[in-house]
Amino acid sequence: MQIPYTVENHPETGVYNGKLGVWLFLASEVMLFGALFSSYILLRTNAAHWPHGVEEGLNIPLATVNTMVLIASSVTMVMAWAAARLHDLKKFRLYMGTTFLCGLIFLGIKYVEYSDKFHHGHLPSKSTFLAIYFTLTGLHGLHVIGGMIVNGYLWGPGAKLFHTDHARFSNRIEVAGLYWHFVDLVWIFLFPVLYLL
Amino acid sequence: MSGHSAEDIKRETRVYILVFAALAALTVITVAVSTLHLSAMPALAVALLIAITKGSLVACYFMHLISEKKVIYSVLILTVVFFVVLMTLPVSGLLGSTAR
Repeated sequence: MQIPYTVENHPETGVYNGKLGVWLFLASEVMLFGALFSSYILLRTNAAHWPHGVEEGLNIPLATVNTMVLIASSVTMVMAWAAARLHDLKKFRLYMGTTFLCGLIFLGIKYVEYSDKFHHGHLPSKSTFLAIYFTLTGLHGLHVIGGMIVNGYLWGPGAKLFHTDHARFSNRIEVAGLYWHFVDLVWIFLFPVLYLL
Repeated sequence: MSGHSAEDIKRETRVYILVFAALAALTVITVAVSTLHLSAMPALAVALLIAITKGSLVACYFMHLISEKKVIYSVLILTVVFFVVLMTLPVSGLLGSTAR
Protein backbone atom coordinates (compact mmCIF):
# COMPACT_ATOMS: atom_id res chain seq x y z
CA MET A 1 0.00 0.00 0.00
CA GLN A 2 1.29 3.45 -0.92
CA ILE A 3 1.76 5.77 2.08
CA PRO A 4 0.00 9.03 1.19
CA TYR A 5 1.44 12.54 1.41
CA THR A 6 5.10 11.65 1.92
CA VAL A 7 6.13 14.22 -0.70
CA GLU A 8 3.17 16.42 -1.56
CA ASN A 9 1.49 18.48 1.16
CA HIS A 10 -1.75 17.22 2.68
CA PRO A 11 -4.62 19.45 1.48
CA GLU A 12 -5.95 19.92 5.01
CA THR A 13 -2.75 20.51 6.98
CA GLY A 14 -0.63 22.16 4.26
CA VAL A 15 2.40 20.04 5.17
CA TYR A 16 3.49 16.51 4.29
CA ASN A 17 2.56 13.88 6.86
CA GLY A 18 6.13 13.10 7.93
CA LYS A 19 6.73 16.69 8.98
CA LEU A 20 3.54 16.94 11.04
CA GLY A 21 4.34 13.55 12.58
CA VAL A 22 7.82 14.64 13.64
CA TRP A 23 6.53 17.92 15.09
CA LEU A 24 3.95 15.97 17.14
CA PHE A 25 6.74 13.66 18.31
CA LEU A 26 8.86 16.71 19.24
CA ALA A 27 5.89 18.09 21.21
CA SER A 28 5.94 14.88 23.29
CA GLU A 29 9.71 15.26 23.69
CA VAL A 30 9.23 18.81 25.01
CA MET A 31 6.94 17.36 27.68
CA LEU A 32 9.44 14.60 28.52
CA PHE A 33 12.33 17.02 29.05
CA GLY A 34 9.90 19.58 30.50
CA ALA A 35 8.93 17.13 33.24
CA LEU A 36 12.59 16.62 34.12
CA PHE A 37 13.32 20.38 34.07
CA SER A 38 10.28 20.83 36.31
CA SER A 39 11.69 18.19 38.69
CA TYR A 40 15.00 20.05 38.65
CA ILE A 41 13.27 23.31 39.68
CA LEU A 42 11.34 21.47 42.41
CA LEU A 43 14.49 19.86 43.80
CA ARG A 44 16.51 23.06 43.61
CA THR A 45 13.94 25.39 45.16
CA ASN A 46 13.37 22.96 48.03
CA ALA A 47 17.04 22.27 48.76
CA ALA A 48 18.71 23.91 51.76
CA HIS A 49 21.92 24.17 49.72
CA TRP A 50 22.29 23.68 45.97
CA PRO A 51 25.90 23.26 44.77
CA HIS A 52 27.40 25.00 41.75
CA GLY A 53 28.32 22.52 39.01
CA VAL A 54 32.04 23.12 39.57
CA GLU A 55 31.71 22.08 43.25
CA GLU A 56 30.41 18.71 42.01
CA GLY A 57 33.29 18.24 39.60
CA LEU A 58 31.68 19.50 36.38
CA ASN A 59 34.10 20.66 33.72
CA ILE A 60 32.95 23.99 32.19
CA PRO A 61 35.63 24.25 29.43
CA LEU A 62 34.79 20.73 28.17
CA ALA A 63 31.06 21.47 28.28
CA THR A 64 31.64 24.74 26.38
CA VAL A 65 33.52 22.83 23.66
CA ASN A 66 30.64 20.33 23.56
CA THR A 67 28.13 23.17 23.15
CA MET A 68 30.14 24.52 20.21
CA VAL A 69 30.36 21.02 18.69
CA LEU A 70 26.59 20.52 18.89
CA ILE A 71 25.88 23.98 17.45
CA ALA A 72 28.30 23.23 14.59
CA SER A 73 26.50 19.92 13.99
CA SER A 74 23.19 21.76 13.67
CA VAL A 75 24.66 23.98 10.96
CA THR A 76 26.14 21.04 9.05
CA MET A 77 22.78 19.23 9.34
CA VAL A 78 20.89 22.12 7.79
CA MET A 79 23.64 22.44 5.13
CA ALA A 80 23.19 18.72 4.36
CA TRP A 81 19.50 19.39 3.77
CA ALA A 82 20.34 22.34 1.51
CA ALA A 83 22.83 20.17 -0.45
CA ALA A 84 20.20 17.44 -0.83
CA ARG A 85 17.72 19.98 -2.22
CA LEU A 86 20.42 21.21 -4.62
CA HIS A 87 20.83 17.60 -5.89
CA ASP A 88 24.45 17.53 -4.72
CA LEU A 89 24.99 14.06 -3.22
CA LYS A 90 28.73 14.61 -2.66
CA LYS A 91 28.17 17.73 -0.56
CA PHE A 92 25.23 16.10 1.21
CA ARG A 93 27.49 13.21 2.27
CA LEU A 94 30.19 15.66 3.38
CA TYR A 95 27.84 17.70 5.58
CA MET A 96 25.91 14.71 6.90
CA GLY A 97 29.18 12.90 7.63
CA THR A 98 30.41 15.97 9.52
CA THR A 99 27.16 16.04 11.50
CA PHE A 100 27.68 12.39 12.43
CA LEU A 101 31.30 13.10 13.39
CA CYS A 102 30.22 16.04 15.59
CA GLY A 103 27.77 13.70 17.36
CA LEU A 104 30.62 11.26 17.91
CA ILE A 105 32.89 14.01 19.30
CA PHE A 106 30.07 15.17 21.61
CA LEU A 107 29.64 11.64 22.99
CA GLY A 108 33.43 11.20 23.26
CA ILE A 109 33.72 14.36 25.39
CA LYS A 110 30.74 13.24 27.45
CA TYR A 111 32.48 9.89 28.00
CA VAL A 112 35.60 11.72 29.25
CA GLU A 113 33.43 13.83 31.59
CA TYR A 114 31.52 10.82 32.94
CA SER A 115 34.72 8.76 33.41
CA ASP A 116 36.33 11.59 35.35
CA LYS A 117 33.31 11.90 37.64
CA PHE A 118 33.09 8.15 38.26
CA HIS A 119 36.84 8.08 38.95
CA HIS A 120 36.43 10.77 41.62
CA GLY A 121 33.39 9.07 43.16
CA HIS A 122 30.91 11.64 41.85
CA LEU A 123 28.14 9.08 41.36
CA PRO A 124 24.38 9.72 40.92
CA SER A 125 23.84 8.30 44.41
CA LYS A 126 26.18 10.87 45.98
CA SER A 127 23.90 13.90 45.78
CA THR A 128 20.57 15.15 44.41
CA PHE A 129 22.48 17.47 42.07
CA LEU A 130 24.44 14.58 40.55
CA ALA A 131 21.30 12.42 40.33
CA ILE A 132 19.44 15.02 38.23
CA TYR A 133 22.65 15.86 36.30
CA PHE A 134 23.15 12.24 35.21
CA THR A 135 19.43 11.80 34.48
CA LEU A 136 19.22 14.89 32.25
CA THR A 137 22.56 14.50 30.44
CA GLY A 138 22.12 10.72 30.16
CA LEU A 139 18.70 11.08 28.54
CA HIS A 140 20.07 13.78 26.26
CA GLY A 141 23.00 11.51 25.35
CA LEU A 142 20.56 8.73 24.40
CA HIS A 143 18.80 11.22 22.11
CA VAL A 144 22.15 12.07 20.48
CA ILE A 145 22.76 8.35 19.87
CA GLY A 146 19.25 7.99 18.39
CA GLY A 147 19.85 10.92 16.05
CA MET A 148 23.22 9.52 14.99
CA ILE A 149 21.64 6.18 14.07
CA VAL A 150 19.11 7.96 11.82
CA ASN A 151 21.77 10.29 10.35
CA GLY A 152 24.14 7.37 9.77
CA TYR A 153 21.40 5.47 7.96
CA LEU A 154 20.56 8.48 5.75
CA TRP A 155 24.26 8.99 4.98
CA GLY A 156 24.73 5.32 4.04
CA PRO A 157 22.04 2.86 2.88
CA GLY A 158 19.23 5.43 3.10
CA ALA A 159 20.96 7.61 0.48
CA LYS A 160 19.81 5.18 -2.24
CA LEU A 161 16.53 7.10 -2.18
CA PHE A 162 18.44 10.16 -3.44
CA HIS A 163 18.45 8.59 -6.93
CA THR A 164 15.05 6.87 -6.90
CA ASP A 165 12.80 9.43 -5.14
CA HIS A 166 14.73 12.65 -4.59
CA ALA A 167 11.85 14.74 -3.16
CA ARG A 168 11.05 12.09 -0.58
CA PHE A 169 14.73 11.82 0.33
CA SER A 170 14.96 15.62 0.88
CA ASN A 171 11.91 15.47 3.14
CA ARG A 172 13.52 12.69 5.17
CA ILE A 173 16.60 14.85 5.66
CA GLU A 174 14.41 17.77 6.71
CA VAL A 175 12.55 15.81 9.41
CA ALA A 176 15.75 14.12 10.62
CA GLY A 177 17.14 17.66 10.87
CA LEU A 178 14.16 18.84 12.92
CA TYR A 179 14.90 16.11 15.46
CA TRP A 180 18.64 16.87 15.49
CA HIS A 181 18.04 20.61 16.02
CA PHE A 182 15.71 19.77 18.90
CA VAL A 183 18.51 17.75 20.53
CA ASP A 184 20.77 20.80 20.10
CA LEU A 185 18.05 23.05 21.55
CA VAL A 186 17.73 20.90 24.68
CA TRP A 187 21.50 21.12 25.24
CA ILE A 188 21.38 24.92 24.85
CA PHE A 189 19.23 24.96 28.02
CA LEU A 190 20.99 22.10 29.83
CA PHE A 191 24.40 23.75 29.56
CA PRO A 192 23.72 26.94 31.59
CA VAL A 193 21.27 25.24 33.97
CA LEU A 194 23.61 22.43 35.01
CA TYR A 195 27.08 23.92 34.51
CA LEU A 196 26.86 27.67 34.99
CA LEU A 197 24.08 28.46 37.48
CA MET B 1 10.36 27.57 4.36
CA SER B 2 10.60 30.37 1.84
CA GLY B 3 11.81 29.54 -1.70
CA HIS B 4 12.90 26.43 -3.55
CA SER B 5 15.10 27.74 -6.36
CA ALA B 6 18.86 27.11 -6.26
CA GLU B 7 19.44 30.81 -5.61
CA ASP B 8 16.96 30.80 -2.71
CA ILE B 9 18.66 27.78 -1.15
CA LYS B 10 22.11 29.38 -1.48
CA ARG B 11 20.76 32.54 0.15
CA GLU B 12 19.39 30.41 3.01
CA THR B 13 22.80 28.81 3.57
CA ARG B 14 24.37 32.25 4.05
CA VAL B 15 21.76 32.92 6.77
CA TYR B 16 22.64 29.58 8.43
CA ILE B 17 26.29 30.63 8.67
CA LEU B 18 25.32 33.97 10.25
CA VAL B 19 23.07 32.16 12.76
CA PHE B 20 25.95 29.81 13.61
CA ALA B 21 28.24 32.81 14.27
CA ALA B 22 25.57 34.38 16.51
CA LEU B 23 25.09 31.10 18.43
CA ALA B 24 28.85 30.70 18.95
CA ALA B 25 29.17 34.32 20.13
CA LEU B 26 26.23 33.91 22.54
CA THR B 27 27.81 30.73 23.97
CA VAL B 28 31.03 32.64 24.68
CA ILE B 29 28.99 35.47 26.28
CA THR B 30 27.11 32.97 28.52
CA VAL B 31 30.39 31.53 29.82
CA ALA B 32 31.94 35.01 30.20
CA VAL B 33 28.95 36.26 32.22
CA SER B 34 29.16 33.23 34.51
CA THR B 35 32.71 34.28 35.51
CA LEU B 36 31.37 37.63 36.80
CA HIS B 37 29.81 35.77 39.78
CA LEU B 38 26.56 37.75 39.76
CA SER B 39 24.06 37.08 42.54
CA ALA B 40 21.50 34.30 41.95
CA MET B 41 18.60 36.19 40.35
CA PRO B 42 20.56 38.38 37.87
CA ALA B 43 22.72 35.37 36.92
CA LEU B 44 19.59 33.28 36.30
CA ALA B 45 17.93 36.06 34.30
CA VAL B 46 20.96 36.66 32.06
CA ALA B 47 21.65 32.93 31.49
CA LEU B 48 18.01 32.20 30.64
CA LEU B 49 17.71 35.26 28.40
CA ILE B 50 20.76 34.16 26.40
CA ALA B 51 19.53 30.53 26.28
CA ILE B 52 16.07 31.65 25.08
CA THR B 53 17.70 33.85 22.39
CA LYS B 54 19.87 30.94 21.23
CA GLY B 55 16.92 28.54 21.30
CA SER B 56 14.81 30.98 19.29
CA LEU B 57 17.53 31.29 16.65
CA VAL B 58 17.73 27.50 16.31
CA ALA B 59 13.94 27.13 16.17
CA CYS B 60 13.32 30.04 13.79
CA TYR B 61 16.13 29.45 11.27
CA PHE B 62 17.35 25.83 11.54
CA MET B 63 13.86 24.43 12.22
CA HIS B 64 12.30 27.00 9.84
CA LEU B 65 9.64 28.16 12.29
CA ILE B 66 10.00 31.65 10.88
CA SER B 67 7.97 30.53 7.84
CA GLU B 68 5.98 27.46 8.87
CA LYS B 69 2.40 26.43 8.25
CA LYS B 70 -0.46 27.23 10.65
CA VAL B 71 -0.89 23.60 11.73
CA ILE B 72 2.70 23.45 13.07
CA TYR B 73 2.18 26.69 15.02
CA SER B 74 -1.04 25.24 16.48
CA VAL B 75 0.82 22.15 17.72
CA LEU B 76 3.55 24.34 19.21
CA ILE B 77 1.20 26.78 20.94
CA LEU B 78 -0.48 23.86 22.71
CA THR B 79 2.95 22.46 23.63
CA VAL B 80 4.12 25.80 25.02
CA VAL B 81 0.97 26.12 27.17
CA PHE B 82 1.53 22.70 28.76
CA PHE B 83 5.27 23.35 29.08
CA VAL B 84 4.62 26.61 30.96
CA VAL B 85 2.22 24.76 33.29
CA LEU B 86 4.95 22.17 33.97
CA MET B 87 7.52 24.89 34.70
CA THR B 88 5.27 26.87 37.03
CA LEU B 89 4.00 23.81 38.91
CA PRO B 90 7.04 23.51 41.24
CA VAL B 91 6.93 27.21 42.23
CA SER B 92 3.14 27.60 42.30
CA GLY B 93 2.78 26.14 45.79
CA LEU B 94 0.50 23.36 44.55
CA LEU B 95 3.20 20.80 45.23
CA GLY B 96 4.31 22.47 48.48
CA SER B 97 2.86 19.94 50.88
CA THR B 98 4.41 16.94 49.17
CA ALA B 99 7.76 18.50 48.28
CA ARG B 100 8.92 19.31 51.80
